[in-house]
Formats: sequence, C-alpha cells, structure tokens
Amino acid sequence: MEMKRIDRSQKVRVGFHEAKWDEAIIYELSKPGERGILVPKADKKVVDAVGNGVSMLPKGLRRKQAVNLPELSQNHVLRHYMRLSQETLGADVNIEIGQGTCTMKYSPKINEQLARGIFDLHPEQDPSTAQGIMEIFHETDKYMQEISGMSRFTFQPGGGSQGLFTMGSIVKAYMNSKGETRDEFITTIYSHPSDAAAPALKGYKIIYLQPDPKTGVPDLEAFKAVCTERTAGFIQANPEDTGLYNSNIAKFVKYAHKMGALCCYDQANGNAVLGVARAKEAGFDMCHFNLHKTFSTPHGCGGPACGATGVRAGLEEFLPAPLIDFDGKKYFFNYKFENKKFGVHKVRAYYGVAPVVLKTYCWIRSLGPNGLYQVTKTAVLNNNYMFKKMLEIPGISAFYITDDNQRVEQCRYTMEKIYKDTGVSTTDIQRRMMDFGMHYWTSHHPFFLPEPITLEPTESPSKEDIDEYVNTLKYVFKECYDNPEYVKSAPHSSTTHQVDESVMDDPKKWATSWKVYLRKYK
Amino acid sequence: MRGFPNHPYIPDSDPKIQKEMLKKIGMTSLDQLHHDIPNSIKMHKELNIPEAFDSEYALQRHVEGLLNKNTTCKENLNFLGAGCWQHYVPALCDDINSRGEFLTGYGGEPYNELGRFQSLFEYASMMAELVGMDVVNVPTMDWAQAAATTARMAQRYTGRPEVIVPELLDPDKLNIMYNYCEPDVTFVQVKCDKQGLIDLKDLAAKITDKTAGVYFENPGYLGQLEVNAQKISDMAHKAGALSLVGVDPITLGVVAPPSDYGADIVCGDLQPLGIHMNYGGGQAGFMATRDEERFVMEFPSRLFGIAPTSKAGEYGFGDVAYDRTSFGHLREKAKEYVGTQTALWGITAGVYLATMGPRGMEEVGQTMMQNAQYAVRKLNEIHGVKANSLGGAFVKEFVVDFTATKKTVAKINKALLAKHIFGGKDLSKIFPTLGQSALYCVTEIHTCEDIDRLAAALAEVTR
Repeated sequence: MEMKRIDRSQKVRVGFHEAKWDEAIIYELSKPGERGILVPKADKKVVDAVGNGVSMLPKGLRRKQAVNLPELSQNHVLRHYMRLSQETLGADVNIEIGQGTCTMKYSPKINEQLARGIFDLHPEQDPSTAQGIMEIFHETDKYMQEISGMSRFTFQPGGGSQGLFTMGSIVKAYMNSKGETRDEFITTIYSHPSDAAAPALKGYKIIYLQPDPKTGVPDLEAFKAVCTERTAGFIQANPEDTGLYNSNIAKFVKYAHKMGALCCYDQANGNAVLGVARAKEAGFDMCHFNLHKTFSTPHGCGGPACGATGVRAGLEEFLPAPLIDFDGKKYFFNYKFENKKFGVHKVRAYYGVAPVVLKTYCWIRSLGPNGLYQVTKTAVLNNNYMFKKMLEIPGISAFYITDDNQRVEQCRYTMEKIYKDTGVSTTDIQRRMMDFGMHYWTSHHPFFLPEPITLEPTESPSKEDIDEYVNTLKYVFKECYDNPEYVKSAPHSSTTHQVDESVMDDPKKWATSWKVYLRKYK
Repeated sequence: MRGFPNHPYIPDSDPKIQKEMLKKIGMTSLDQLHHDIPNSIKMHKELNIPEAFDSEYALQRHVEGLLNKNTTCKENLNFLGAGCWQHYVPALCDDINSRGEFLTGYGGEPYNELGRFQSLFEYASMMAELVGMDVVNVPTMDWAQAAATTARMAQRYTGRPEVIVPELLDPDKLNIMYNYCEPDVTFVQVKCDKQGLIDLKDLAAKITDKTAGVYFENPGYLGQLEVNAQKISDMAHKAGALSLVGVDPITLGVVAPPSDYGADIVCGDLQPLGIHMNYGGGQAGFMATRDEERFVMEFPSRLFGIAPTSKAGEYGFGDVAYDRTSFGHLREKAKEYVGTQTALWGITAGVYLATMGPRGMEEVGQTMMQNAQYAVRKLNEIHGVKANSLGGAFVKEFVVDFTATKKTVAKINKALLAKHIFGGKDLSKIFPTLGQSALYCVTEIHTCEDIDRLAAALAEVTR
C-alpha cells in the first residue's frame, strides 16, 4: 500500500483506547515458591551469638502462620505494577484540564530527581547534619510569607484538608486563650467540603453562607446576617470553586473582625492569585496553600502532599511546633515561640512532608517573582479563553453569567439544557470523556447547581490543548443528541466497563479486600 | 510584559499566542484579567523573592549545593528510629512510585484510574492479611493521625468519651491525638511498669463505663513487646470497650497479628514498608478492622471495593459507602474529614509486601531480631552501659541506659557523631525517669560489622 501523508485534521482522538491489560488481582498471580527479593540475613557471627532470634518472642506473640501474601518473582511483581500504572491516567499522560479545583499542573521532573537527595535523612538526626534541608524549609517559609503577606508558616499539614483543620485548630486555640466560647464557623457552599468538615471536627457548628443568585457570591448583608458574637471563624476559598472572586472579601473580613472572629483563607485555589493579590491585603488572619496544587508538586494519586499554613503577626504562638529558624550561623528547631498552654503543638509527625517542601522550593526558584505572576496570569488567560470557547458550544452555559463576566482560574459550567434535551447527565459525560483519554469533573457533593462541570486549565496546557479538550467535549455533546444511549453506557474505550455500584453500599456484598471478596463470592 | 517570553513550564507564555488568546476574549492586556479583585487589595509591586535560575542546570547545581550540606544515614551509621525507621527499600518500590502515571494521578474515576484503584485495593488486601483484619483504609497522614482516628472511631462506636493510653507514648503522637480528638475524646493515661508494659492494676482501676477503648502499641514506643496484650483486650472487652492496637507492620512477619490477641481496631505507620525516611516525609497511617458494618461505617477514609462491571467476567472498583466520607453528600455531618493524604505511600507499601512475600516478611523479622539482640549483647559488654534496660522482649528497638557511665546521652551522641555514627534518640528529656537513656534501632540494614563498630565507639566515648 502506498503511504500517504497522515491527515491530522481530525481534532478529536476517536481512535483512543486506554491501556487495558485485563490484569488479575495480585493474589491470583501468586505461584507458591516464587519470591520477589532476597532479604539480608544476619551474619554468621550474629547467629552464633544469639541463635534464631525469634525464640525471644513471648508465648502468644509469635506469629503462627506465614503471612498470606502473594508469591511472585521480581519481574512478575514489576510487570503487574507496570500494567496497573499504565491503567492510570496521570497528569503526565493527558491534557489535564478536566479535574477542576485540583490544579493539575505540570510537575517538573528535575524536582523529582533532586528530591531523591533526601531519601536517607532521618528527621531526628542532629541539626548540624541537616542544615541543607533545614535551609530549604526556612527559605520556603520566607517565600510563602511573601506570597501571602502572612508572618510565619508551618509545613506540618500533610494535605489541604489537614491545612484547613490546622486553621480550625488555631482558631480554637486562640479563642481558648481569650476565654472565648464561640461555637460557630461560617463558610460558603462553594468552598471545599473540608472547609465545613474540618472546623466541625473541632466542635464548631457550621453556618453556610448562601450566594446571591445573580452574582454567585454572597453579599455583605448576607454575611452580616450570620456573623455574630457566636462566630469563632470564617473560612472560604476565593475564588471559589465556581471560579468567581468575591469582591466583597475585605469587607467580610473587616466585619468579622469587628465581631471578634478570626478569618481563614482557604487558598486551595491559590493558582488564581500568585503575585496578584494576597491574604494580607484582604485582612485575613491565616491562610493555607496546597503545595501539591499551586506549587506543582505531584498529586501522587492522592498524596503525600502539603497544606502549608501561615498566620499573621501575633498568631505565631498558636502554630504547631517546631518552626525552623536561622540564628545567623545555623538553622535550628524553634520551640520557644509556642504557647505552651493554648498552642496547637502538633498536627503531623516531624516537620511535614519534606520532599514536597523541597520540590516547592525548586519550583519557586525556577520561576522567580515574575514567573509566579506569569503562572497566574497565564492560568487565568487560559481559563478565560476556554470560558469563551465553552460558551460557544450549544447547550453549554455557566452559572451566574453577566455581561462583563470573566472567571478567574477555573469555571463551573452547566449542561442542564443538554440533559433536559437528551437525558444524558453530567456523570455520563464524565465516563464518556474517558474514552478520549481525558478527565472530566462534575462538582463536590451535593451538586448545588444542576448538571455541573468544573474545569481548570492551569498554566500547563497550551492553546492547542485547550482547543482539543473543547473540541472533544463538543463532539461528545453532539453524540448526546445523535446517540444518547451510547454516551450513557460509556465508557467504551477505557480500562473497564461501567461498574455496578449497587454493591458499594450493601454490607453483604461490598468487598474492600481480596479475602473478603473470596469469603462473600464463592 | 512580566516574566519569560517562553518558560518551559508555561506553553502559552509565548507573547504571540497570548495576544491571539486575548483577542479571542476581547482584551488587549493581561491586566484586564482579574477584574473582580478590587484595586485596594491587589498587589502593586513585584514579589520580593529571588529571581529565577536561568537554566535547569543552574537550579540543579544550586539545590545539590544545599543538599550537600546534609550528611545522610547512608554516609553515616544510623541507629535512630523512634517512629521513622531505616529499612532496606527494594528497588521496585522507587521504580513503581516514580512512574509518572502513579506519581501524577489524582482524583480520577475507577475507569481512567483503574490502576490506582486496583493497586490500593491490593495494598489494603495485603495489609489486611498482615494485621489479621479485613478492612484497611486508603492511607492517612501518619501513625499519630491513624491512632487519633482510631480513638474517634472507638468513641463513635461505643458512644463513650474516654480512651485509655499508656503513659509511655511518643509525646508528639499524643499531642496530635489530643488536638485531633478534642472535644469529643478524653485521653486517660495508664501507668507503665518497669518493663514499660501496661500496669494491669492501674488499667483495671481506670477502665470504667466511660471507656470507649484501650489503646496500646505492640511493640511500644520504646520497643517493648506487650506480653499482656490478650489480657488487656479481655479487660477492655469485659467493660464493653474496644481493644485498639498500634503496630509497626514490618515486625508482623514474626510477631502475632493483633487479631490473635483480641484487637478490634489496628493502626500504624506504613513507612517501614518500602518508603524512605525522607526526613520524616515518608510517614503514612493506616487503620484496620473486621468487615463488620458498624466498624466499616466509622471509617472517615476512602475504602476501595471490588465490583462487577457491565461486562461479564470483568473487575471494576468503586468507593465503599462513599457517603461516610466528607466527600459524600453529608459533608460536615460525615465521619471526620477526608482529603489528600498519602495514597502513593499506600501503593508503595503494596509493592513492598508483594515483593517481600510471606518468606521475605518472616526473614526480615528474624534478621531484625537477631541483629538487635546481638547489639544488646555487644553493648552490655561495655562498662556502665545497660542495653535493653527495660528487660523485656523486643524486635528492633530497645532502650540503652547510659546513666552509670556518668555521661549524658547528648554528650555521647555528639562524640558518636564525630565518628560518623548517629546514636539513638535521647529520651532523657521526654522520659526523665529513665535517666540518661536512648532509644536504639537496629534493623536488617545493619551488619555485624556495623554493630561491632557501634560497640567499639560507645566503649571509647563512654570511657
């Protein structure tokens, strides 16, 4: 056959199929007798001196049977996990726009390489032997201070939600120190569920602030109506997950302060405002950043991560300890700042996820002050470009549209019209988009808005990437009208077919491990 | 224009492309973006942080320069443990967890991220076997977080407010538990005897009808194996409370799983299972229970379950009882909260257990025990040094009492450091009743020669 120039005019990957290995569960691959690694044995001199070692185990504490683990030779373990990795759509392999709120930007490989340099550091080795990593913590703290205007940061929180929990804990500690018994926390319905769930765990009653139906953000009067002398804290993301920025934020904060409450800025959406606006100027008392989002460290299928949490001057004593400080000659662990009676003391082991802090340091140093600003401006440009293109798709709208509307770094759209026309829902589209190698996210639960779609392009995709994503969506929306059943029964080119989720809520049928599966399914 | 004409991490930083995109949205300048942010709270100056390195190479040189100021546990001989332990990390663990697909996966669905769901299901399956339970969570932050959630689960399960904990517990862990559990759980400390074991008389006095659970660790923070584990569980059960057990999972190839002695909820840290110490960044907590609805419904974490799909003979996965979690419809009325935690370390622990297999886990347990016992024997030959001063059974960690040498642990460790040895964790401040004692950790990575070197150095510096 004569070879012709490849035709790339088709902008949608209709030929895509995700890797599908039909890979068995690892227990099914087990072959008794195989082994994956040779383990170090005690030296002869040791054995001669102490014997088999395990005879020291007291009666009742000796394991009776070998652990029921699979037995595989090393190459088989590798092959199994290589296949599973290929069946995972990480940010490295797709146009990462579909996981709105998650800031799925590029995680530079050089930072991964450099982070291997701290594999073998023990967190309690003498500080004189860890000055390099301590300097990185201290410098990153300073960068975070400048980016937010806050006074000090802790890197202990191991994720965004733990950062929110840390802020809730700081509010509680502060109120306790003042002898205050305030029992309410205000948040908005479009903030992350943990903005409600984390303060609730500290015993606070959650007050939800409703948005103005026109603007999509709560107005000052609504805020005043709920902010009282019972309010301990106010916490919200800004922009919220709708991509709308609440212009009244400084007024909210001012009023909350007047009422004696503390204000916490959930900066999970920090990619929207680097070098553009800071927590400090809006008056916030504290904030947190997700280093695994805004600051590029990889998401790791859900951590390890860091929710770096900072406070304004005057609240440092409530941060968990230690902080890492520099005395002019050396870096040291500072426990002296801590309020021994009321402070939070500790939220995570040691000083936090050190490799994440190191990668953040590297990323900031790769971009500098103007680069960070450019990250934000480009992410917002990408999003508004996409916003414009999305609204050109028939049947697609966004919530809270006005004449001069723009969005910040992400946007929540609706396909309500398409749903009404065709019966195809946003969760159907989610599965169908996987047939093109793309993520697509709806919204946190409950869906406050009908048939939502939340997309966040970040600064990482190019204009062509955004065009491809939008073209693919367009293609799928057209399918909703032409062949709705096909979309509803998606995915067709992913790793598995539609999961029967009915077993997930049935205690007789659910199986969270292989042994339970074998027990329940003979 | 501020920034780079073409930054490698920002494809659309090309001014030509930006102009084209701005045109599409009816703008002429990037300044027109962010119009909802009032001028009064906008930043009107550049961030005061260092300028960017002008090449990837320059960044590498700089960071490597910083890291060269550290000296690692490989360049030195390390005996620190106490919650973060040096074990051998099989090459497969790093190879798999640095695969871009896993490294940069996140919150996708069981279709496009099947591998993430399956590998975490398998991790849970293997951990369940190791600890003798049925249900294991997608991992949380660290052991302390897992212990705190264990306490809260017990509180909700029993409807009682108190959890009993041993007085010999990592103080950092206890602080984390206090902060996480107030105001719903009150911790009551039970005394420990000279061997570091729970004082059963004091326990009997402290267990009441308010007790939700008795939490203890096996081995304990000071390495001691709790020989009365079954009795403690029985006492808890008799009072209608739960037995809550923290474990170091790498010991369980030789040590009995907590299910053998009555545990209801098991927790611990995954770090020993194929995860580097990472300066304390390798911690990951797990909880485990039996497959009983009342326990399952108290987990705040995600639990991945296996499920049929629309195609016969095919596996799929999903979230078991999703509305338990704060990601579900109940938000703050769900169990605690959930978010990004340590999933990649869960995958890694799974790779570790699959690589080690039953024999590997048994062998690593035995090697640790042999090496640690040899170390105790060698250190006890030194005048004034009392190794395993608590006197009971242990696996890889033991207390060394230097009081009789009339030297402080701080001074001894400083002298060891000069010989490129990291001595054990100084306990003199956190547990003053133990005198000048340190917690030593000896694992499968130590050779006979390493231990002899430690003994010789200690003999010299305590002289």
